[in-house]
Amino acid sequence: MPKGVEHKRPIEPLLWLLFSAGGVLAALFVPVLLFLFGLAFPLGWLPAPSHSHMLALFGHPITRIVLFVLCVLSLFFWAHRFRYTLYDGLQIKHLNEVINVLCYGGAIVGSIVAGYILWQVPH
Amino acid sequence: MNQQPNYTEHHPRWYRTRVSTYWWLEKPAYFLFILRELSSVFVAWFVVFLLMLVAAVTGGAESYRQFLAWAARPGVVALNVVSLLFVLLHTITWFNLAPQAMAVRFRGKRVPGIWIAGSNYAAWVIVSGVVLWLIVQ
Repeated sequence: MPKGVEHKRPIEPLLWLLFSAGGVLAALFVPVLLFLFGLAFPLGWLPAPSHSHMLALFGHPITRIVLFVLCVLSLFFWAHRFRYTLYDGLQIKHLNEVINVLCYGGAIVGSIVAGYILWQVPH
Repeated sequence: MNQQPNYTEHHPRWYRTRVSTYWWLEKPAYFLFILRELSSVFVAWFVVFLLMLVAAVTGGAESYRQFLAWAARPGVVALNVVSLLFVLLHTITWFNLAPQAMAVRFRGKRVPGIWIAGSNYAAWVIVSGVVLWLIVQ
């Protein structure tokens, strides 16, 4: 970015903020949800909730807002940390710009998809 | 040494020792660091999985049943087991680092780190309990 250089990337603090908010939400919500829907229900450890129950749950505005925020912040958490994983781990610094576009661009596209899918739930 | 120093127009390159691409295999602590960083990939997979579930529920009772059947396939179960382990690694490392990230003061004294980490774990238990109560019938 040749023009914005003198501003020293004003977006960076925002990205760190999204990263830490996403890190907290993912730490709090993901283990229990992944355990239930990834293991307990498919493997029959717990009886899977009925379709009408899931529809009522996902149809509630608060659920959809919480899930949307969880998806968006988790995606930005991923983008930020994965960007640094590639940066430090593989030392591919010359591909910095491409990596940034793929990571944050992926998070933005994923957020739009999340909003669309959550909006599609009958409510 | 009385030679005139050779000034260049640009800053000279610093000397840096070359670091192997596999530096993170050298010490267990480095390896754990990379595992922790990679946990973010599994958080992203969870978002995809969750959105597939939401779309399946939207699609009707039959597509919800098909989603659960698909999630019971060995490959998907294996991916989710690995994902759960990585996500737990993320949760534990995140909460244990919280005291370093936030210095909370109460009546002029710094709150001990164990209280901050402890309150994070307490929040984790409460959130997990509420989610379980909402979902499990």
